[in-house]
Amino acid sequence: MNAPQRKQSLQLDAHGRLRHLLTLEGLPRELLLQVLDEAEAHDKALRGQRKKQDALLGRTVINLFFEPSTRTRTTFELAATRLSADVLNLQVAASSTSKGETLFDTLKTLEAMQADMFVIRHESSGAAHFFAEHAAPGVAILNAGDGRHAHPTQGLLDLFTIRRYKGGAGESGSDCFAKLTVAIVGDVLHSRVARSDIHGLRILGTREIRVIAPPTLIPAGIEDMGVKVFHDLERGLDGVDVIMLLRLQKERMLGAFLPSPGEFHRDFGLTRARLARLKPEAIVMHPGPINRGVEIEGDVAYGPRSLILQQVSHGIAVRMAVMSMILGRPAESAPRRSRR
Amino acid sequence: MSRRTDDWSPARAAKPAPPASGSLLIRGARVLDPGNGFDGIAHVGVRDGRIEHCSHTPPKAAYDRTIDARGLWLMPGVVDLCARFREPGQTHKASFASEVPAAQASGITTVLLPPDTQPVIDSPAMLLRVQRIARQTGGVDVRVLGALTKGLGGEALAELSALKSAGASGASQALQPIRDMLVARRALEYAHGLGVTVHVFAQNAALAAGGCAHEGPVATRLGLPAIPVAAEVSGIRFWISIIEDTGARVHFCRLSTARGAELVALARQRGLPVTADVAAHQLFLTDVDVDGFDARCHVMPPLRSAADRDALRAAVADGTIGAICSDHQPHEADAKINPFPMTEPGISALETLLPLTLALVHEGVLTPLAAAERLSLGPARIAGLDAGRIEPGLGADLVLVDAETPWTLRADQLRSAGRNTPFDGRALRGRVMRTIHRGHEVFAR
Repeated sequence: MNAPQRKQSLQLDAHGRLRHLLTLEGLPRELLLQVLDEAEAHDKALRGQRKKQDALLGRTVINLFFEPSTRTRTTFELAATRLSADVLNLQVAASSTSKGETLFDTLKTLEAMQADMFVIRHESSGAAHFFAEHAAPGVAILNAGDGRHAHPTQGLLDLFTIRRYKGGAGESGSDCFAKLTVAIVGDVLHSRVARSDIHGLRILGTREIRVIAPPTLIPAGIEDMGVKVFHDLERGLDGVDVIMLLRLQKERMLGAFLPSPGEFHRDFGLTRARLARLKPEAIVMHPGPINRGVEIEGDVAYGPRSLILQQVSHGIAVRMAVMSMILGRPAESAPRRSRR
Repeated sequence: MSRRTDDWSPARAAKPAPPASGSLLIRGARVLDPGNGFDGIAHVGVRDGRIEHCSHTPPKAAYDRTIDARGLWLMPGVVDLCARFREPGQTHKASFASEVPAAQASGITTVLLPPDTQPVIDSPAMLLRVQRIARQTGGVDVRVLGALTKGLGGEALAELSALKSAGASGASQALQPIRDMLVARRALEYAHGLGVTVHVFAQNAALAAGGCAHEGPVATRLGLPAIPVAAEVSGIRFWISIIEDTGARVHFCRLSTARGAELVALARQRGLPVTADVAAHQLFLTDVDVDGFDARCHVMPPLRSAADRDALRAAVADGTIGAICSDHQPHEADAKINPFPMTEPGISALETLLPLTLALVHEGVLTPLAAAERLSLGPARIAGLDAGRIEPGLGADLVLVDAETPWTLRADQLRSAGRNTPFDGRALRGRVMRTIHRGHEVFAR
């Protein structure tokens, strides 16, 4: 059995179209670029007066969040609403699943409400694959973050942002990645965003991808994903075109990964002084929410080279693109069946 | 009127079929006897539960039945150092009634059960209860490891002397740690004083905390919380250091790493009283098999790298690892229906133990005689049991194996109540044809 192939076939249908979006790993370059191009169109439309489209009219999207989230859930909700879908937000505390209802039961119960798509966030790596394996035919799973594994729409919106500011829209703009050196800085160990960014950047042919953090926050064997590891920020940032910062979660500061947030900031925080030493055209990104004074200085976060707010706005367009690519195509003729 | 028993379970209604008895002559098999290092064609006669005749010349005595075993291998019955039958406490997963037939069909004539039943086997009463269930079911020798500490809690010693008197074949923490090193040392000293072998799963709990996969590129890519090699290595180092102090006998269970095997080899070279086993799946699967979040490959210890697997194979070949066991852990389907880290670890492995060991022979890792040894005499010696030999006068626990015929494993055709095997669909070569337990044929294909 070939596991990567099995995983890929879970995401793509027989015609190579997106059925679910679980991870960027293994997706064809053309498909990624198609998402980015569609997102460009949505972004353009969103800047006009009439923001609403009817691509998902009559469809039901359930945001099923087992982990607290404001930003991601809101942008998914907005994206679905702007495509005219009916949206249901379910914030499931981890404790309520311990009451006895298994994840499988939760999925089946909600499927019975005729949902067309689940946007799922869960603390366990592999949760999105699990839901996709057990979802009824015709029910799509969109991974909004599973454990440390993947956050593919964040990866896509990061690629979208890089392409827009480093290449420009369209086919020629996508070639920009071959000239770029991208540094991902911070808690790579626990970061699903980092993993999705790395896969996406590699698929689009990025010249060099670096991860920069103290060794406690770098997972073993990450070099196999095609990145260079740096434990020194100054050296790691030398010559980079794009700096992607990661959020350092509070609980990590306590788990002996680091002595203190202050020490992390001194050694790995992006400050104005450090920014000044970079190429003038280097850009700064962060998936948010930021920890001011930890991974980034407040001034830098809202400075002229920061694209943090643009990322948020691009997130809506990218999620609209993914949702409409999965659900918006003509419905398959086969009637939906419910398994089990 | 229905009769009540303490250990009633619905599955018990289906007792294994009564075994075929009478004297038996097995003619012309390739006999693999690790006791005498014998590998050759011979005729084996069985009467009254014992081996009566074993020679290249046919016996003069008459036998009730004769089996023409030309082309087949005759080995001592398999002694499995670790299988869970889930009873008492978890009969929704499996029971003696479901697992004994699976063991018989797998050529297993003796099993050691770890003490992590519910409740834990940490008292003579619990031990006797499990022995009673085993006796009622029959058909396979069941030996039990008593808990080393009360409730496997790792804090207070269990009544090891009483457990030994009640028949415990050793002491074990199963998969539970002893976090306090002083408790570990005292437990080992105390067991040593009783002549009780301690079976140790040497994985440092702090280094393994929360992990569900081997630390390496696959776990990193999948974002799975990882268990470093150092978790096993530091565990083994710690136990070796107190063995050096005390001279106590320790059996290291379920090795998973190359460095762990190396440490055991060094300790043995230095004359320390240590032995080791490995689960058969650990000699075939690697962390790559976890890719795609395949929960059937969620095991403890985790599947390691290909280099670890190859080193474990070499350690089995050179005898550092003296036994291959099933580490059988049957689960109900729901236990594996969850995101990978939330699934319960373990493989339903009774029925793959012998075929996988035969695969090592086919792949040139083990000679047929060495394979028979690692499945019978090796584990029997570790557990202090008089089994694993084919010799006149000894008990007739035998397995007749067709080592050549190819077949394909189907999870839904397993006899075990647990269908959780990653070897579903795997092409195998060689399977059990007949199992003889105490002279009775308890399985025939």
